[in-house]
Amino acid sequence: MFQINRSPKTYDVCVIGSGAGGGMAAKVLTEGGLNVVMLEAGPQVYPEKDYKMLMWPYELPHRGAGVGGHASENFGEFLAPNGAWQIEGEPYTSAAGANFQWFRSRIVGGRTNHWGRIALRFAPVDFQSKTRDGLGDDWPITYDDLAPYYDKVESYIGVFGTKENVPSAPDGVFLPPPKPRCTEILIKKACDKLNIACIPARLAILTKAHNGRLPCHYCGQCGRGCTTASNFSSSQVLLPPAMATGKLTLITGAMAREIVLNKDGKAEAVSYIDKATRTEKRVYAKAMVVAASACESARLLLNSKSTLFPDGLGNSTGNVGKYLTDSVGSDGWGEVPALEKMPPHNHDGTGGMHYYIPWWKFDRRNDFPRGYHIEMGGGRELPGVGMFDDLCDDEEGYGASLKRRARQVYGNTVGFAGRGEMIPNPDTYCELDPNKVDQWGIPVLRFHFKWSEYELRQARDMQETFKAIIEMMGGTYRTKTRIDGQYPFGILEGGKIIHEVGTARMGGDPKTSVLNAYCQSHDVKNVFVTDGAPLVSNPDKNPTLTIMALSWRASEYLLEEAKKGSL
Amino acid sequence: MAITGISRRDVLRTLAMSAAGGSVLQVIPLEAAELAHQMVHKERAAAPTTKYAPKYFSARQFEMLTWLCDAIVPKDEKSGGAVEAGAPEFIDLLTSENEKFQLALGGGLMWLDNYCVDQYQKTFMECAPEQRKETLDLIAFRRNARKDHSLSQGVAFFAFLRKMTCDGYYTSKIGIADLEYIGNVTRSEWPGCPPLPE
Repeated sequence: MFQINRSPKTYDVCVIGSGAGGGMAAKVLTEGGLNVVMLEAGPQVYPEKDYKMLMWPYELPHRGAGVGGHASENFGEFLAPNGAWQIEGEPYTSAAGANFQWFRSRIVGGRTNHWGRIALRFAPVDFQSKTRDGLGDDWPITYDDLAPYYDKVESYIGVFGTKENVPSAPDGVFLPPPKPRCTEILIKKACDKLNIACIPARLAILTKAHNGRLPCHYCGQCGRGCTTASNFSSSQVLLPPAMATGKLTLITGAMAREIVLNKDGKAEAVSYIDKATRTEKRVYAKAMVVAASACESARLLLNSKSTLFPDGLGNSTGNVGKYLTDSVGSDGWGEVPALEKMPPHNHDGTGGMHYYIPWWKFDRRNDFPRGYHIEMGGGRELPGVGMFDDLCDDEEGYGASLKRRARQVYGNTVGFAGRGEMIPNPDTYCELDPNKVDQWGIPVLRFHFKWSEYELRQARDMQETFKAIIEMMGGTYRTKTRIDGQYPFGILEGGKIIHEVGTARMGGDPKTSVLNAYCQSHDVKNVFVTDGAPLVSNPDKNPTLTIMALSWRASEYLLEEAKKGSL
Repeated sequence: MAITGISRRDVLRTLAMSAAGGSVLQVIPLEAAELAHQMVHKERAAAPTTKYAPKYFSARQFEMLTWLCDAIVPKDEKSGGAVEAGAPEFIDLLTSENEKFQLALGGGLMWLDNYCVDQYQKTFMECAPEQRKETLDLIAFRRNARKDHSLSQGVAFFAFLRKMTCDGYYTSKIGIADLEYIGNVTRSEWPGCPPLPE
């Protein structure tokens, strides 16, 4: 007879997922004295072996393109996500007309190993979306509720930045910022003339020693993972202190399949597939923290069907999987001859931009709701595969002239990436595909996705802004976009920015929201969700910092409830 | 940093110890990481070089690929070209692993031969240098395919090969040096931008 291989003990909490949300929960809960077991679908990460810091492209046979060039479709083989938009054996589907791209990282630390380290607070107005313009919904909490947790997260992980008093981009607890690169000095000058705010970026990178971690060594490669942990990742900054309590049990290669309810309607266990043996195992806990990433968490809840919740755990509203959004993304680049006069110099700096453009048109009437920020790059970066793709397309030809143009373009290029707020719409959500399972036998997600006119207008505005800045710099804007086709105004496919959130939103009303203001399921009180899923809206600030602040707050609440015995 | 007197094993042991040594944060000393990195680099550099055996292309096709890579990024007064940079080997490796590349490049090379047989009654490599140049000058530009649709497959092939050759060249040591990239090192301070010329 089939017997389920069950954990010998019952833990206080089972955390599913080891990224920003799960890592933070594990740290706060174990330091609060609880025994925690963590399930991670991927393998352990060994920074000293796995991270490719300081490696040259020619030290790898595939030069960064990966086997068969396939890594080029993702982030190349230098970055540290151990994931992709497509994972073999773990498919997802798109409904007709939708082309959602779902990025998953299967590794301890999840996407925090490779993320852009952009750590932006949501603004007070971002929590009052509906009050502001009638679109979407208000959050059940205010900025003031979350601000102390933003303070705590920034103080713990280390974020550089400056106090600027920009209403759309609240100041935080900052380490000193690095000086601007040449490209950024010129961009800022142009922005000053155009009345566009351009301020030091806010990145989770240490510009001085912090909490026992070494300062940045300015190799510019944060995405590869940092062997000195001079930037933030869950694997190096949140899990080690949790491990040090002796109260964290980490199970890798564990693909959560279902949360099992007991007869009283409380969650009592998580069934997971042990990937190494392809067997079903079950771990018992008094409470569950689901932090598998917004869509993966929605999938787990939807797959946790019971007589009590035939449509999935915590889904009495039918809203699990709804309200999915990603950031609006549109990119562009240009050539700036002024940069050609610069002598060759080290341009690396920290990983990512030293300056950025926060949303600056918040007090104007725009032809789209909400706003976007602009990230910047370019200049004398470490060459890599794909660097001259645009040049090859533009310039064509071959030989000496092509080589000369590559020398000229290298270093005089400035690139922009607009990242804006998408408004949730009824045509964008995920659900279980009734006809398909993955290699572990788990039903997969089917995505529905549609940009609305709001997002397209925002992308158009981004393109116009990029062009205006490049031209103010005396340069030539090179990106050509069309009004129609697959990428109107250069808007990228949903999911490409990897800021998917909103699939199990928090709210005051149990009839319309999945979670309460502490990320706790309205339906099943000992289940919490602490990744991007609880976010009510998706402001133009990358969600990671807010995920960690919400997770910290939810975990403190969970600790209190556990003490009271009310879980 | 001098690395004489320290064995690779010493470095690896240091790395392992610092990772497991009770430190709450699993970080390794930067100097040790840099040292290990340099050692790997030296070992690779010391590896013996033998004549390359193509993994996907036939010897004849590989010769053709090599000629094309050289034409796309040639040696000039400043630096070596794509062949010295190992671009043909890089392209062959990736092509051996990807069926789409096999069609695009393997088929593309065949197209080029077929085209030359039609035009000159010779394969591409048998053609005179000026005939080869004439052919490349046609397939190196989209506008030519707009005038003569029979060139469109050749133009698509060449556009793909051009990108791959640039990838191979500008990820090589000499290609990176050609661009005068300075960096990929650790430094204790970030000085910012050197003085901007007026």
